[in-house]
Amino acid sequence: MSALSYKKNDDIESGALDKMTVYQECQRAFAESPINARKCRKLLAKLIHLLTIGETFSEFEATGLFIAVSKLFPHKDPSLRQIVYLAIKELVPLSNNDVIMVTSSITRDVQGSSDLIYKPNAIRALARVIDGSFVQGIERLMKTAIVDRHTSVSSAALVSAYHLLPIAKDTIRRWAAEVQEAVTSQKNFPAVTLPNYAPGPAVLAPYHALSLLYELRAHDRMALIKLIQQFSGASAHLQSPNANVMLIRFIAKAANDGAHRQQLVALLERYLGHKSDMVALEAAKAVLTLRDVSPKEAASAIESLRAFLASPRTIARFAAIRILNRFAMTNPGAVAVCNAEIQPLITDSNRSIATYAITALLKTGNEASVDKLVTQISGFMSDITDEFRIVVIDAVRSLALKFHAKKSTMLQFFGNTLRNDGGSAQYKAAVVAALFDMIRYVPDCRDTALGILCEFIEDCEYTEIVVSVLHTLGQEGPAAANPTVYIRYIYNRIVLENAFIRAAAVSALAKFALVDDTSVKKSVKVLLERSLEDETDEVRDRAVIALKLLESGDQAQAKAYISPESRFSLPILEHKLALYVTGSGADFDTPFDMSSVPLITDQEAREAALKAHRETTEATPVVNGGAGGPTPASAAAATTANLASKSNSHEAAIQRAEKYAAELAAIPDLAAFGTPLKSSLAVALTESETEFVVTAIKHIFPSHVVLQYDVHNTLPDAQLSNVSVVASIEDDSEELVEEFILPVDELGPDSHGTVYVALEKTEDHLAVASFENILKFTLHDINKTTGEVSEDGDEDEYQIENLVLGAGDYLEGGFIGSFDHLWDELANTEAVDTATLSEYKGLEEAVQFLISQLSLTPLESSDEVTSASTHTLKLFGKTLTGEKVIVQIKMAASQRTGVVVQCKARSGDEEVAELVAGFVGSL
Amino acid sequence: MGNVLGSMFSRVWGGNKEIRILIIGLDGAGKTTILYRLQLGEVVDTVPTIGFNVETLTYKNLKLNVWDLGGQTSIRPYWRCYYANTAAIIFVVDSTDKQRIDMCKEELHSMLEEDELQNAVLLVFANKQDQEGAMTAAEVSTALDLVSLKDRSWSIMPCSALKGEGLSEGLDWLTGVIKEEVL
Repeated sequence: MSALSYKKNDDIESGALDKMTVYQECQRAFAESPINARKCRKLLAKLIHLLTIGETFSEFEATGLFIAVSKLFPHKDPSLRQIVYLAIKELVPLSNNDVIMVTSSITRDVQGSSDLIYKPNAIRALARVIDGSFVQGIERLMKTAIVDRHTSVSSAALVSAYHLLPIAKDTIRRWAAEVQEAVTSQKNFPAVTLPNYAPGPAVLAPYHALSLLYELRAHDRMALIKLIQQFSGASAHLQSPNANVMLIRFIAKAANDGAHRQQLVALLERYLGHKSDMVALEAAKAVLTLRDVSPKEAASAIESLRAFLASPRTIARFAAIRILNRFAMTNPGAVAVCNAEIQPLITDSNRSIATYAITALLKTGNEASVDKLVTQISGFMSDITDEFRIVVIDAVRSLALKFHAKKSTMLQFFGNTLRNDGGSAQYKAAVVAALFDMIRYVPDCRDTALGILCEFIEDCEYTEIVVSVLHTLGQEGPAAANPTVYIRYIYNRIVLENAFIRAAAVSALAKFALVDDTSVKKSVKVLLERSLEDETDEVRDRAVIALKLLESGDQAQAKAYISPESRFSLPILEHKLALYVTGSGADFDTPFDMSSVPLITDQEAREAALKAHRETTEATPVVNGGAGGPTPASAAAATTANLASKSNSHEAAIQRAEKYAAELAAIPDLAAFGTPLKSSLAVALTESETEFVVTAIKHIFPSHVVLQYDVHNTLPDAQLSNVSVVASIEDDSEELVEEFILPVDELGPDSHGTVYVALEKTEDHLAVASFENILKFTLHDINKTTGEVSEDGDEDEYQIENLVLGAGDYLEGGFIGSFDHLWDELANTEAVDTATLSEYKGLEEAVQFLISQLSLTPLESSDEVTSASTHTLKLFGKTLTGEKVIVQIKMAASQRTGVVVQCKARSGDEEVAELVAGFVGSL
Repeated sequence: MGNVLGSMFSRVWGGNKEIRILIIGLDGAGKTTILYRLQLGEVVDTVPTIGFNVETLTYKNLKLNVWDLGGQTSIRPYWRCYYANTAAIIFVVDSTDKQRIDMCKEELHSMLEEDELQNAVLLVFANKQDQEGAMTAAEVSTALDLVSLKDRSWSIMPCSALKGEGLSEGLDWLTGVIKEEVL
């Protein structure tokens, strides 16, 4: 329980939805016939609410929900269909391959319906459920939708294309002409018959189109410059202000990236006089946030903002002062020219504008004007909201750190703000933090500031703030001119406050006992002794420890514990503890290793805090291409994650992977390798009726491979010790280097044990090898009558079968709509190899064998053998790093030789194609 | 007057109750073509169904909720998710595909073992009769071993979805049985 929740624990939200109830109601209601649209809509709303507040469903439940939702498609009610699409989009990341089940139905809605509610929503949903290869199939649909005369259809198609880019760039590139047309075309909202609703001119479709066009061109600087020229010219007819704002961001980004800066900045300056406020303001902002903006460049932008400061429109004034305020952080001098215009804004009826005005003035002001400003601020602090009070406090705080000479004014200001009633915890905390800063960084502030803080905690209702003040008192108080003053304040807390505060106060008090003054020491001990009777364990414990340390007489040790100079890095400690606790129970035998957690000294912590503070307050916004939407990189990452979750693994496989991951994470040495990317199925390395039955599982990590040998000692009268497996690589390949072996110390009769062999991948991520395995152990006989285990054992070896680490271990199955399309697309990188599978006489077994070896997904029902003599197997999947692999295996069966296969593998990465083909060739 | 009669009829024939029918079969058998031939009365261009198509059609005063489930191997495991409350199964067979007729039989029989389909009526369409070398309905029936089906109303109908032959005959039989048995 944190100190904050201590006060608020009775605010627990009541009447929350229960996810299992919703799940069951959905299952029931969606299968009803006929469908009750109203009821289903309500249920879907509940479901979506649960998903958006972060509730998760297991894979099984998610599949169930997805199928249930898909059963609502027969109902044509537009409102129901709309929310069905929303639900599908929310469920896509949860359900695996199930999404393919709605593809046809959604495509039909895109295609057939002329309804303006169905169509845009269907397009957006479709983009979430399909994979890259399917995009080509809907190309014509999307192209028509992009140039649709209705803006909602056009926008939906453009935004969907934007999201599909990472998986189908080549196809979407062919839509450039349509997208280009959408940038400048004037579209309308569909005629709506609602009363009191008049849609304005459609501004979004051009904006979406421009963003998409940019994504298509962004990699090519020349094309990008051409795009900018094309749409920034006077004849461009780019009407939508949103699109113009976007264009300005692209220009600014291009200008920051290098060449043509001068021309691009000149372009930006042209926009300063644009008739739309938002465009002109964006242009000014773009200029002022340019990297290394020159005073000359800044001047014209500041001049244009200056005009906006007197604008009758509140929003324009607000935007202008905000931009100026931000620029003043880095270039106060340049903004100073506007001071005359900023001054009157202090009394602006909009308090947000007034606050920015004040803080801008604080930044541009010189030492002489500080007093006047601070007085002015004190005047209206009570009129503004806490959010802006915090902004003001932060500004004054920076000022205090800048002008040391004005510290008395500042301290007085902070003291007054603390004394005034009201204000949220965050606001008070900001003031207290400002005082902490002054104590640390402004000389000769300590005593006054500590005095203010002491006075404050006498009457402060926020436990967390009091605790931090007490901590600071403990840190700084003993070094102050007159430490004894503070002891009374601290002790008062012990008498009057709750357990959290009492505990903090005891710790703070103990630090005063370290002062080199016997009388102080003695009185602190007396005070601490009174806490020995406290009703709360934590308080008593702290008092006991402090007293013990003080009485031990060992000053150095007492100091190390009571007032340590360094502490553990908490995030790392938390992570390591979580790993320790989630491991299997047996591992609690070994205590947690504290030495693995790094120490951080006070000095380092303070520097990190200062740095973090600077970053949050002084961060200048970076203009990026995707502003207003996800950046391309994060969109791509999201899509990859999405695709990964779509991979065609069965529920059992996922559970297995989770189980293995948990098992491996519980072993500290292996946990360091990260999470396994893939774990293979268990491979038997012995016959099942031998004395020692060994199965192996291969775990692939980002830069390691771990071989897990599960050994079963079936002998009833023998005990094994030091069981290990020597896995030597057959052809002395140097791609894998053995790092360590985790042997089994003892393996009793008829029991199981697990040996791990960890190998490091030295070069690439696709190391293949064949391991020759020898089981080594010491065998101890067990006396049958007494059950005693003989001390002496015989060292023995036991040959087990080889284990192959092949291409299949780096592959994962996946589903695509069209084999031929991707096959043609990847035609450039093909690797071919042939093999004879002599042990297989029938095509059917050979097909199953190949699928399991490669762990790819068969497409177009090619896993079904229809002919006795020849067959073509079509497979698709991805490597663990996401590279697509598409494989066509032609097979011919003959009674004499077995099955002859010719494998053609194509992939975006030549190495992968070769690896796969070579692997099939080696089978 | 018409309304009164209409509501009387609808009460007799089960009111507004929708009758759920699944069209199932291997990939490329012609399920989607049959669905839209029944609904629109014309042949539409189809692409392999990834997932399902569902349409509501009214046939002889019955409201039919017809689900056409994709037949690719990757989609077959999902068939069972849609079995609940199904009144009838239309199983479509490509009569020219002799190689996969055994697979048809397996899929059909394993499907009919499902509890949820114990009361479902079965109509088999031996499709693609317009093509040369197509098996006759009797041959398909033998190959599928339909006679072994016990306790189930079933029928087999030769048809050509492209030409529109045999479909309404099949549906007539199906709706007749449904009216008798289900309603």
